[in-house]
Amino acid sequence: MKTDNKLKKSGLGAKASRRVSNLIVYIVLIAITVVWLFPFFGLVMESFKVNTTAMDGELFPTKFGFDNYVRLFKETDFLKWFKNTAIMGIATAVFQTLFVLSMSYTLSRLRFKMRKPLMNFMLILGMFPGFLTMILIYKVFSDLGLTMEMAPLGLIIVYCASSGMGYYISKGFFDTIPKTLDEAARVDGATRLQVFYKVIMPLSGSIVIYTILMGFMAPWGDFMLASYLIHENSVGMSVAVGMFEWTSKTMLNTNYTMFCAAGVIVAVPVTAVFLALQKYYVEGVTGGAVKG
Amino acid sequence: MKKLNDLEYLKLSKFEAFLYKLKLFLCAIPLWFVNLGKLIWGFIKKCGLGIKDEFVDIFTTFTKGNWAVKLSFLIFGFGNFYYGQIMRGLLFLLFEVVFIGYMLVPSGGLYWLAKGQWFQTGATVGTLQGGFVETVTEAFGMEIVTQDWVNGDDSVKVMLYGLLTIIFIIAFIGTWRMQVKQCRICMDITAKGKRIKSGKDDLKSLMDDQFHKTMLALPVVGILVFTVLPIIYMVLVAFTSYDAAHDGYSNLFSWVGWHNFNELTNFGKGGLGLAFGEILSWTLMWSFFATFTNYFLGMFVAILINKKGIKIKKFWRTALVMTIAIPQFVSLLYVSKLFDSSGIVGELLGQIPAIKEYLEVNHYISLWDSPTVARILVIVINIWVGIPYVMLQATGILMNIPADLYESSRVDGANAWQQYTKITLPYMLFVTGPALLTSFVGNLNNFNVIYLLSGGNPINTTIGTAGGVSVGHTDLLITWLYKIALGSAESKYYIASVIGILIFVVCAVLSLIVYNVIPSTKNEEDFQ
Repeated sequence: MKTDNKLKKSGLGAKASRRVSNLIVYIVLIAITVVWLFPFFGLVMESFKVNTTAMDGELFPTKFGFDNYVRLFKETDFLKWFKNTAIMGIATAVFQTLFVLSMSYTLSRLRFKMRKPLMNFMLILGMFPGFLTMILIYKVFSDLGLTMEMAPLGLIIVYCASSGMGYYISKGFFDTIPKTLDEAARVDGATRLQVFYKVIMPLSGSIVIYTILMGFMAPWGDFMLASYLIHENSVGMSVAVGMFEWTSKTMLNTNYTMFCAAGVIVAVPVTAVFLALQKYYVEGVTGGAVKG
Repeated sequence: MKKLNDLEYLKLSKFEAFLYKLKLFLCAIPLWFVNLGKLIWGFIKKCGLGIKDEFVDIFTTFTKGNWAVKLSFLIFGFGNFYYGQIMRGLLFLLFEVVFIGYMLVPSGGLYWLAKGQWFQTGATVGTLQGGFVETVTEAFGMEIVTQDWVNGDDSVKVMLYGLLTIIFIIAFIGTWRMQVKQCRICMDITAKGKRIKSGKDDLKSLMDDQFHKTMLALPVVGILVFTVLPIIYMVLVAFTSYDAAHDGYSNLFSWVGWHNFNELTNFGKGGLGLAFGEILSWTLMWSFFATFTNYFLGMFVAILINKKGIKIKKFWRTALVMTIAIPQFVSLLYVSKLFDSSGIVGELLGQIPAIKEYLEVNHYISLWDSPTVARILVIVINIWVGIPYVMLQATGILMNIPADLYESSRVDGANAWQQYTKITLPYMLFVTGPALLTSFVGNLNNFNVIYLLSGGNPINTTIGTAGGVSVGHTDLLITWLYKIALGSAESKYYIASVIGILIFVVCAVLSLIVYNVIPSTKNEEDFQ
């Protein structure tokens, strides 16, 4: 049998069998793509529905129009939520990047006595559910006036302050830069600060962009922490918290298609930024996976 | 048990070999605990020796030191002044002055510490209960009774300030030790006849030799203030009766000892024990399925896309990656509605006779009302969420597998399945082992997927309410915690803290086990 197989594969049959297997793979891939993109297609279709504001079990709108979008900006605070989230995204991107990069660079390139204990400590700390910290933080922030309307500011602090703990992926990246570069620069008389911004930073463009991207996306996806600090105050809401209400049992029938319209508006800029920087994201994810 | 050598092992049949491996695994378990015990004992021993060394060092510093060093045992930084380190000395002195001032002023550190009545079971946190005071005033010949709220203590603040004071005291002791040590270093340096670092040198070294201190200052302070402090605080809350009725301001809460933890052994209806057992088992089950379905299917998709001769690879990848880009609450809420009774997919599935009958017999309106179906749905939809991440990771790793491995195996007559199980899978497992653990722990706390998809529903009627909220069949520990803290009027924070601590224990135990197992099962030599 084995020899038969070999003969077959070395002959013309190999090409044919590869073609068949490739055809199967194509069919599977097309099916996967359809399944994965279907919700987005449905979301867009739903947002153009004029005939109903509730779920009607139809994929395509029977009447097509922009009513949902108009309503979104005229009747709701959506624009405010969008602004809040965008501001949070940008601020988080800036500060989180500073924190994460300085933490990961230090742990990767510099050697000092407390390095190992610090890493172990953060590993153990990471096993506590982060949500637990919110109960005290909420109490303190409400005394300081950083909740409700001012929740975006409070949330920026929450997102950024402890972000140093998420150093793993960028540390994995810095680990791959050869140490000899540092040593050569040190021999030439550079201080450690100069090594950081003159030697290592210029090589780390992709991981910097990756970290910025992650920081920017965090407030768009976070529901748990945001809902706690915002406490149903419409002025300070982020899109996630604001739109979540529309899918509750009482509001679903009047707000469902509007939810979809809002979903499209949120998804478009974030997806655009993401796809534009996809290359760096992929580098970050794959690098981090290998390093663990 | 007897260890077989290679020749004996190869003689075993497949089933026997499996049994042998299983036995080896089970026999190794007691050994972990022995190792763990050794580890802990070693740690304690090391700590003990360290403390002994410290005391010896302090003692010799005191006996050998001159008058300035001796004085700096009382007045911070005096030794530094003596040896010419004015800047360090000033900082130390300033710290001592601030500390003593803070402790002694009225309503300072000592005041808060005393107010807390720390860990005295039954005692309140804070001593003065606020309340309404009636004042009777006369106007126009009538008596008007007005009630005014008079502030008492706020337990939350009392505990927070008390905790901060304790941290401050520890920092004080640490700083004292630090400056004594510096005296000793200065003594040693002058004895050798070398120059002592000046304040200018200190500043310079922050950009050079001590660069790590500059870099870490901000992130570490952030972590200490916004993660470590709140977590210590919440651990303390687990020993109190802090909830909406005892919110500290209108009603002081008190220390209750281990009472909240004892609640966990209450296995009656509505008891915490039953709820915890049920939710924990589902959480582990969910985490297991969520991690491994994603892992294997994601790898499968990556292999498909990477297959030789498949074109527009980039397009397939981008299509999947789209799901990462779109904020989860949009996609998950939409998908959850898709499967609802009037959603597109839900309606479609509802027309299948078997499913229709199942729903009707059990009086379920939508698929989400059935416990089993809801559990399956969240796992299936999670595949949709998770595959893109795994696919990206796997793609990078698959490209790193040396192609000649596949070539030579093909020459030897291996088919695709054999290549997968003997080359691809071991390689992947080896490289992504630690990442697999991370994603398992991440799934334990996967709030978004569960809360946005099912909200933890359908409600588990055998448990009813636990911790003041109704518990659902798809609730994870983290969503339960969230509901207790935010979703109910009672807000039993103390139970939330207990659950938080338990989540930590579960994660820690799992990580310990996995870290003990991985090195033995993944051996680099196995596939080289």
